Amino acid sequence: MKELMTGNVAIARGAFESGVTVGAGYPGTPSTEILENFCRYQGIYAEWAPNEKVALEVGIGAAMAGARVLVTMKHVGVNVAADPLLTAAYTGVNGGLVLVSADDPGMHSSQNEQDNRNYARFARIPVLEPADSAEARDMVGLALDISEEFDIPVILRTTTRVAHSQGFVEIKERVERSLKDYQKDTRKWLMVPAFGRMRRQSLGERLTRLLDYSEKTPVNFVLEGSPEVGVITSGISFQYVRETLPGASVLKLGMTYPLPAELIKRFAAGVKRLFVVEELEPHIEEFVRLLGLPVAGREFFPETGELSVAVLKRGFMAAGIIPEEKAVPVQSFDDMPAVPVRPPVLCAGCPHRGVFYTLHKLKLVVTGDIGCYTLGGLAPLEGMDSCVCMGASIGMSHGIDKASPELRGRTVAVIGDSTFLHSGITGLIDVIYNNGNTTVMILDNSTTAMTGHQEHPSTGKTLMGAAAPRVDLEGLVRALGVTRVSTVDPLDLSQLTEAIKAEVAASGPSVIIARKPCALLKREAKPPVTVDREACTGCKTCLKLSCPAISVNEKLCSVDPVSCIGCGLCTQVCKFGALVAEGGEAGA
Amino acid sequence: MREIDILLVGVGGQGTILASRILAHVGQAAGYDIKVSEIHGMAQRGGSVVTQVRMGEKVYSPLIEEGRADVILAFEKLEALRWLSYLKPGGSLLVNDQAIYPVPVLAGLAQYPQDITGYLKAKVKDTVVLDALGTARECGNARAANVVLVGLLARRLPFAEDNWQEALAARVPARFLDVNRKAFAAGYGIG
Ligand SMILES: Cc1ncc(C[n+]2csc(CCOP(=O)(O)OP(=O)(O)O)c2C)c(N)n1
Repeated sequence: MKELMTGNVAIARGAFESGVTVGAGYPGTPSTEILENFCRYQGIYAEWAPNEKVALEVGIGAAMAGARVLVTMKHVGVNVAADPLLTAAYTGVNGGLVLVSADDPGMHSSQNEQDNRNYARFARIPVLEPADSAEARDMVGLALDISEEFDIPVILRTTTRVAHSQGFVEIKERVERSLKDYQKDTRKWLMVPAFGRMRRQSLGERLTRLLDYSEKTPVNFVLEGSPEVGVITSGISFQYVRETLPGASVLKLGMTYPLPAELIKRFAAGVKRLFVVEELEPHIEEFVRLLGLPVAGREFFPETGELSVAVLKRGFMAAGIIPEEKAVPVQSFDDMPAVPVRPPVLCAGCPHRGVFYTLHKLKLVVTGDIGCYTLGGLAPLEGMDSCVCMGASIGMSHGIDKASPELRGRTVAVIGDSTFLHSGITGLIDVIYNNGNTTVMILDNSTTAMTGHQEHPSTGKTLMGAAAPRVDLEGLVRALGVTRVSTVDPLDLSQLTEAIKAEVAASGPSVIIARKPCALLKREAKPPVTVDREACTGCKTCLKLSCPAISVNEKLCSVDPVSCIGCGLCTQVCKFGALVAEGGEAGA
Repeated sequence: MREIDILLVGVGGQGTILASRILAHVGQAAGYDIKVSEIHGMAQRGGSVVTQVRMGEKVYSPLIEEGRADVILAFEKLEALRWLSYLKPGGSLLVNDQAIYPVPVLAGLAQYPQDITGYLKAKVKDTVVLDALGTARECGNARAANVVLVGLLARRLPFAEDNWQEALAARVPARFLDVNRKAFAAGYGIG
């Protein structure tokens, strides 16, 4: 039976069919749905770890214990997990371990577009790149076989278009596998320098064997075509190549580290002009150049953003491979009215909104973090100055405090609950230990909203749906040594404003926990806000909230009764009492 | 077997996903190779959403090229305008006559264009504009607006009505099936 599946669903399926019993990861687009689907199968264990480093360590432990393991994360998650990853290459595995790195060329939902094939080369571990859902499913099993045969973790690198596109996958049965025996072997697992040196040696030997394997693996294959043009490609780019140049010879590389030098040389020898088409970094291309082969790539195809058939056509036209007249006629719509952008916004009723409205009003410097709340940095809320990576808000705020007398006492770090547990805690310890003055706001909406509402260690539930102890955020930060800890309702503007003013003015570290569940999670049945047409002056102050339910037309505010959930925030900013909460003032 | 490229565009939460599922189901029953592509993540938060459905003997790229879509099914007017250049010359433009203002418009920082449907009709011969929301309401549930649009789309695709009925039964939750069958028929009837 064949089923239409996204790459992510297919990877979960592949892991199940190949006998994986342990899955671990941290959410991150475009990887999240892998574990969300995997956890629904019988006979497996799956978990969200607090961050990617822990997820990989759980995976390494499970592999050491003899299980087949799936670890998932987005590309930047691998940065967090890089420490265990680079040494796991030395230790190797017992049961097979596949690490899915979901890259995001074009940055659909990421802060950068790093190419994680670099990690394969850096860690010296194999990387497989599927081009569609069927390959994604197959390559999970293959990666596990390689992992066990060569005693090494394997990266399965997807990209957004593979992870989130659906294609047909033929469903197979699960092959059960018994745990491999664990035998104490400190020379393999205890990476002190003396043993580390031995394992480094062993890694070299394993790689030599892998090199040989990559020359023969069926996932590196040639599609015979015209000898005029040969294209080496991998991942989703393969699809664009097939569609753009149906007749060309193609060397499709499913395994892009280590690369098969002999296969590439043979392929190059059979074609007149050789191209490499790959998204992001010239990973394959540089290797081909090092082999001394004349090759073209970067001069015709960009090294940033996604490729597409259109991009390839332009490149191959410039290279003289496709005649210019083959260009698809695109109608021009020069006289089209300007199309306003439709950026994502905080939802109507989102508890984060009040925080950024207030921070902006108080003119504070706000080091931000990553989550839905990053949208609070955009106009008109503009309540955030920076966003670098998960957890960065607290350390950066502390750095500002130590560097600038002028900004000291005017700076606030803002971080979500999931992000705080991911990598904010160590930053806060730094503030406390080094006698800092930072004010940290933890926006606790009881979920990991950004990536689609995953559980985390303070939601009281696990990925598999079991009840779990909740991390008590107030208790945790007190235990770390913060004495000024307060909890506020982010939809109560006066309470929130007072708390922020007081904590920013106070010396020493403080934590404000702004607590209210995500509006999409718990819809409080409150009637929508109504407008008193007599009272409204059309002053547009309410628009500063950037609420998708509020608009002002013809000098009169209106509230969309369908999207408004009656959170009442706008009733607190209207100076004329024109916005009326039917269910009574929220938060007051 | 001809290639069919369909772009479904709208705003997060408008039900483009269910529509694409129904479409893919029909295509699969008819023996097509299919790729469906959508972007998750930030888009859920009220941003533009686009689902690309490609069918044919063998489909490689999951993405539709600019100027190549046979049909654009627009769940919102402004999104029809935004994606217009993806329609192939002679393609069909099916537009729900609904305006959802983006926040920059609500905030007075940008203008929602006037008479979008007039512009679209002037540019594309086969433009059909319908009030899917109102039609769905008449059928018994405003949330079936997406299936009204699927009905409208069905007329332009080479699949038998039975296949669509079967796809509806497979993809729509049983308790909403009646309403959705009505919604589909209403859209189909508009032609
Ligand atoms: C290292 C890393 N892992 C994962 C992500 C993806 N991601 C971005 S924010 C976020 C968590 C957001 O949750 P929270 O902090 O609770 O904020 P919310 O979205 O709920 O407001 C995740 C998983 C990332 N950007 N970087």
